[in-house]
Amino acid sequence: MLNPRTTAAVMDDAGAGRAFVDIAGVTLRYGAGPETQALADLTMQVKQGEFAAVVGPSGCGKSSLMKLVTGLLPPTGGRVDVAAKNVNGPLKIVGMAFQNSTLLPWRNILDNVMLPLEIVQPHRERLRGNRAEYEKRARGLLESVGLGGLEKQQPWMLSGGMQQRANLCRSLVHSPQLLMLDEPFGALDAFTREELWAILQELWLQQRFTCILVTHDLREAAYLADVIFVMSARPGRIIATHRVDLPRPRTVDTTFDPAFVDLVHRIRGQIAEARGGKATASTRGAG
Amino acid sequence: MSPVDTRRLERAMPFLVIGGALLLWQAVVRVLAIQQFILPAPTDVYEALLEYHDPIFASALFTLENTIAGFGIGIVVGLVLGSVIGTSRLAYAGLYPLLVGLNSIPKAAIVPILVLWMGIGQPPAITTAFLLSFFPIAVNVATGLATTEPELEDVLRSLGATKFDILRKVGIPRSLPYFFASLKVSITLAFVGAVISETLASNDGIGYLMVQAASQFRTPLMFAGVSVIAAMGIITYLIFVMIERRFTGWAMRKHHNPVVVGGG
Repeated sequence: MLNPRTTAAVMDDAGAGRAFVDIAGVTLRYGAGPETQALADLTMQVKQGEFAAVVGPSGCGKSSLMKLVTGLLPPTGGRVDVAAKNVNGPLKIVGMAFQNSTLLPWRNILDNVMLPLEIVQPHRERLRGNRAEYEKRARGLLESVGLGGLEKQQPWMLSGGMQQRANLCRSLVHSPQLLMLDEPFGALDAFTREELWAILQELWLQQRFTCILVTHDLREAAYLADVIFVMSARPGRIIATHRVDLPRPRTVDTTFDPAFVDLVHRIRGQIAEARGGKATASTRGAG
Repeated sequence: MSPVDTRRLERAMPFLVIGGALLLWQAVVRVLAIQQFILPAPTDVYEALLEYHDPIFASALFTLENTIAGFGIGIVVGLVLGSVIGTSRLAYAGLYPLLVGLNSIPKAAIVPILVLWMGIGQPPAITTAFLLSFFPIAVNVATGLATTEPELEDVLRSLGATKFDILRKVGIPRSLPYFFASLKVSITLAFVGAVISETLASNDGIGYLMVQAASQFRTPLMFAGVSVIAAMGIITYLIFVMIERRFTGWAMRKHHNPVVVGGG
């Protein structure tokens, strides 16, 4: 039996903006030796309903971080807590999207989006009896990202940007508390990418899920995030944290705001330093 | 030529080529006056088909039975082996070399051993058909299962999917095109297996019919037997092409089909 007061206290804590994702002193090694260390003493916290971005030089262990938070990979040292619980196995409340849209080619868009409902509890058991209701939810989501009317299309009939929109819908259809995005727009052209930033921001503003976005695009991070974590080169740790206080909803115009430009430049400098100073001079010169 | 004409021509091509080849064959035999026991003309083969249609039909039925039985066992064994190899790295490491070794043995060399164990007739024919047909199925199913994207697996695992969920929602549908592609190859190989065994150790079937015909220099009858095998092979192949289109149409838009590994 749960003590009602304790339950209320926990919910209050979470609601009051305590860390929803709490990564404390995490180390990750894939084997023995210094070369195989992916993360070193990494500490970061993301509050409930916050949009966090993680940026860093390539190969700094950003994707390992994704796997740690979702429990797909156990840390070698340190502790990962999500929703005030220690993560010790795959979480079941997460939505994920990758650069590769990984839509199933034998399912149409609607069935692809509904895939998580066939797996996540309690939807899994309710799906058969309440199919119409769930289908309505999926259709609504597709509508909101501009894919209304394309539900019955096969994934390959859609452009890369449209596939990525469907992928976003799939990662959100079960209303996850945590959305993990690993360079979701990395393979898209600049214009499509900016379109999808707006769509993602819109979805986030409506649903206020906690989101961790891993990206190498600094403008993307600054456009979308409340807080940006900058990672060092391998082994990765957090070397800087930036709060982004620009008003929402942000638009492409925001990206030309001096404050925005300044932020992107500062982060760029930090990443250049993290890469070992190789690119520092040229970046500074350009800035 | 309009697109419609092109498509019509495309569809007619197999028949045009076969018809042309038969005409050429007939002409060569007639012009060079080749004797019937060396190379019979298509018309002679046709006459033999009509004359002996009862024994040919009975033999063909026997061969078809052996083929289908061996092929059926091949599907079951191939599916099970392929699933095991495709989902477990250990099983892959252990079984794959053995399978490749087994597949590279000429099956004609195995028939005498089978005869020693099972006698002649149906049992070795079914077994040979099975031995030839299971390998492409196993390899293709394993390939299909092993090519699941790791990202997709992560997505599903982070939703709380079990290994079985992933197999059911992703692994099996993903390997279906590979499976059906292997079926068309396997069914023709099963025919080869059944006929090999019948030629070496049987008192029935198309293989036996041809050995008999050869010993009596009834060459038109031999050719009739060959053409019946070819016809059965083509028809079963087409049936599986149709089944493949029906079940895995989504995989057909790509210009490359899954690689099919055969054996002999």
